[in-house]
Amino acid sequence: MREARTAYLFLLPSLIFFVGFVVFPMFICIFYSLTNANMNAKAATEFIGLLNFQKLLSDKTFLEALRNTFVIVLVSVPAVCAFSLWVSSAIYKLSGPVLSAFRCIFYLPVVTGSVAVTVVWKWMYDNYTGILNYVLKGAGLIEKNINWLGDSKYALWCIILILFTTSVGQPIVLYVSALGNVDATQIEAAKVDGATDFQVFWNVKWPQMMPTTLYILVITTINSFQCFALIQLLTSGGSGTNTVMYYIYYTAFKLTEQFGHFGYANAMGVILAIFIGILSAVQFKLAAEK
Amino acid sequence: MNKSELQRKGAYGVMSVVILVILAFLFMFPLYWIVTGAFKIAKEYNSVTPVWFPTVFTLDNFARLFARRTAPLWELAVPFSALFTADKTPIMLSVGPTVPAAIRWLLNTVFMAVMAMVLTCITASMAGYALAKKRFPGRALLFSLIVCAMALPKQVILIPLIKEISAMGLWDNIWSVIFPTVGWPFGVFLMKQFSEGIPGEILEAARIDGASEWRTFTTIVVDLVKPGIGALAIFTFINSWNDYFLQLIMLGSGNNYTISLGIATLQAETSIDVGILMAGATLAAIPIIAIFLAFQKYFTQGITMGAVKG
Repeated sequence: MREARTAYLFLLPSLIFFVGFVVFPMFICIFYSLTNANMNAKAATEFIGLLNFQKLLSDKTFLEALRNTFVIVLVSVPAVCAFSLWVSSAIYKLSGPVLSAFRCIFYLPVVTGSVAVTVVWKWMYDNYTGILNYVLKGAGLIEKNINWLGDSKYALWCIILILFTTSVGQPIVLYVSALGNVDATQIEAAKVDGATDFQVFWNVKWPQMMPTTLYILVITTINSFQCFALIQLLTSGGSGTNTVMYYIYYTAFKLTEQFGHFGYANAMGVILAIFIGILSAVQFKLAAEK
Repeated sequence: MNKSELQRKGAYGVMSVVILVILAFLFMFPLYWIVTGAFKIAKEYNSVTPVWFPTVFTLDNFARLFARRTAPLWELAVPFSALFTADKTPIMLSVGPTVPAAIRWLLNTVFMAVMAMVLTCITASMAGYALAKKRFPGRALLFSLIVCAMALPKQVILIPLIKEISAMGLWDNIWSVIFPTVGWPFGVFLMKQFSEGIPGEILEAARIDGASEWRTFTTIVVDLVKPGIGALAIFTFINSWNDYFLQLIMLGSGNNYTISLGIATLQAETSIDVGILMAGATLAAIPIIAIFLAFQKYFTQGITMGAVKG
């Protein structure tokens, strides 16, 4: 068929990259998760079945990392969604330039880049020269300087806070446009019927924004699961902030002497992918029922 | 609306504007702190009582950053030559003059982001058009594969990717961070959404006029999906610029670092010298923010398109 042949030719350049650098590694990842592969190319790779997964279940560091990852996801996803919904509702009716100024400001931490953002936050959290301790002490909220990143009581929350500021940009852009697209006649009709603002929001706007909310939930979940740069640059997984993504990196690249760690890291990757898959599926299902 | 309700609304409205403005300042503060920090003298950035605005502007932090390490401005190697030389180092065709390493890192970053952007835009607009407007066996399968790949954590595949890249002799080569970015299927997905909007009659008319498929694509389709390409371009550029994890695992030697990676390494080496770090962070952040502000209209359109119609 001519049409099919043309289509394949148009797809070819993209497929070379997609298959070569996404699909193929996906399969290697699954394959390696069943072996004791090592970064050292000379070491033999043996097929060991599900042993990596069995070992993971009793690996205390991994379980702690998994717990931390879930804390991050469970705190930051609802917080990001609620916050961006509130900000969007407050700004979407503003005039063009003001609206885009606000949108840009909330997007700034994303564009600034994780490394630059992390470097400055590390300074702001600093025990001695950090501005956070100074401001909180000035406001009388704390008495003594707190070593934010060195104390396991606070470190994970400090990271969640930074993650939060770098996560709300995109949801705000999406919610602003979704709110702008809500059918105005339905809102008018509801108001004529005497609906309160909250009722209008809950019965008219919210259902129409469901696809946007779903998309935001999925991307925020994936982003939170992948939280890596913050951990690596701020605490290196210390002070109770180890996450699965950081532990994968640590296992694959830092423990070079230990035999079989590459397969082990890939097994963690597979588990992470399964969790994200399940969560995305659940979110889709919940949204479909709404 | 009675009077008390108006008052309540007014009070709420004023409150929310006040909170919004405070939040806006808080969100801008880290950037402000980076840039002002970069120009502060040591006494001020090490001060226990924060100095809100530098009293003296100094370029000393930048000077120290530039003096710290040098690198040739460019190194052009024979492609894949690292696979064949005895010590696995590539054969150089041309090596540029020695400059501060941070300048080289910036050049690397710009090259990486521009290449990733151009390649992504070309391949994705072609593939997106085919997926949206052509019928062929395997179309549904391919589309679900793309959606699945987008939902999977990108960083998980990067770990096995490193073996593949090493096998190709591309490790520690700037192309090793370009290719995986181009492969990421978000672009195809986005361009498919935009291409759905092309009216079938226009394509049919072009076909009847005897235009070849390629000609139809380059003249008619590209013109119609221009906003999509704009959005994808800026999106890919920013993502590639800031994809720290990919850069971290793929680039090993100081000369091939990107600016983000360079600053991250700097932090590991000298975390007490805040001035030099802020100077580096300024260099890393300001170009990308300027580009974002210049093209933000496209950008907003792009992220909205990817979600709402998806």
